[in-house]
Amino acid sequence: MLGTAIIIFREVLEAALIIGLILAVTRGIAGRMRWIGIGIGAGLVGAVALALLADVIAPLAEGMGQELMNAIILLVAAGMLTWHLLWMKRHAASISQEIKAVGQALNDGDKEPFILAIIVGLAILREGSESVIFLYGLAAAGTSINDLMLGSGMGILAGIASGTVLYLGIARIPTGRLFQVSGWMLLLLTAGLVSQAASYLVQADLLPPLGYSMWDSSFLLSQQSLLGQVLHILVGYVENPMGIQLLVYLLTIALIGVAMKRMEQTPQRA
Amino acid sequence: MKIQALFAAVALMIGAQLVNADEMQRFELTIKDHQFHPSEITIPANTRVLLVIHNQDDSPEEFESKALHIEKIIGGGKTATLKIGPLKPGSYPFVGEFHEDTAKGTIIVK
Repeated sequence: MLGTAIIIFREVLEAALIIGLILAVTRGIAGRMRWIGIGIGAGLVGAVALALLADVIAPLAEGMGQELMNAIILLVAAGMLTWHLLWMKRHAASISQEIKAVGQALNDGDKEPFILAIIVGLAILREGSESVIFLYGLAAAGTSINDLMLGSGMGILAGIASGTVLYLGIARIPTGRLFQVSGWMLLLLTAGLVSQAASYLVQADLLPPLGYSMWDSSFLLSQQSLLGQVLHILVGYVENPMGIQLLVYLLTIALIGVAMKRMEQTPQRA
Repeated sequence: MKIQALFAAVALMIGAQLVNADEMQRFELTIKDHQFHPSEITIPANTRVLLVIHNQDDSPEEFESKALHIEKIIGGGKTATLKIGPLKPGSYPFVGEFHEDTAKGTIIVK
């Protein structure tokens, strides 16, 4: 049961941290709670659907269906985050830095809360489907439903606790700095997701690794440790990154960074 | 001219990866009772090879190797094929993430 809790916790952690981060940096955006709730619900439903379809998806694309599916989910999430980042920049450029004012200005039926829902839903979709597959496998092999529910319950609670810690930590950042800090956090998160997608595309034989291990920093910070896992999710830390991962990571930051700068310079109607 | 050279270089790199699967050496791994059989495989260095994993258990397993940057769920009774390499000599551990206490092994590259 403890083993189940730990595995579920690891799967849930990614979604929990992303949701905690999104919630923390979007305070003041009208309608976000409802949409994020919808995103969570859709993500859970989607996770079950994806788990049920796993055996259908895997053999697609010459047996690389799973890798492609994961890469696509990650890249769409990265795309949505990019949209959100540029959107935030655009609205920051035309109004004051007060988050409250941002909240007022956003009651204009923007797509933004819907985008947040997608980000949240995708975060749950991938790891959620792995959790469902894992739990279903245990159940089919005879583990008692009680044990499974207790174990996954513990894992999920621990995951939610972690997301909450992150949320509260970010909430303490003074409002004036929050815009800047959240911009960077979301940028690094996005780069990390693209880097993960690159790893799946290498596995799917669609990208060259350009070196399997640019360095090995496991002696400094192991990806197995809790901090290592958290940093892996939040900033894309990999203890032994492939060359292609470094490349796309830096490219993502550079390209989105440039786009964000150009948003800043474009004069907006107030 | 420089763009053409860049394209050529990238094409060569990708081409080096696209060795025909029929010509690649095959290495088989079986998952049974949540253990890998054999738990150690030796593959040649600097060569791209095929790793075929048969999951003979009824329940799914997640084949994972951080060293190889591989993560794949294999359904109960299913088989998955992965291309790995070219790798430098060394040991590359892997685990079955759903049953990590018993499902572990190493790929030795010589």
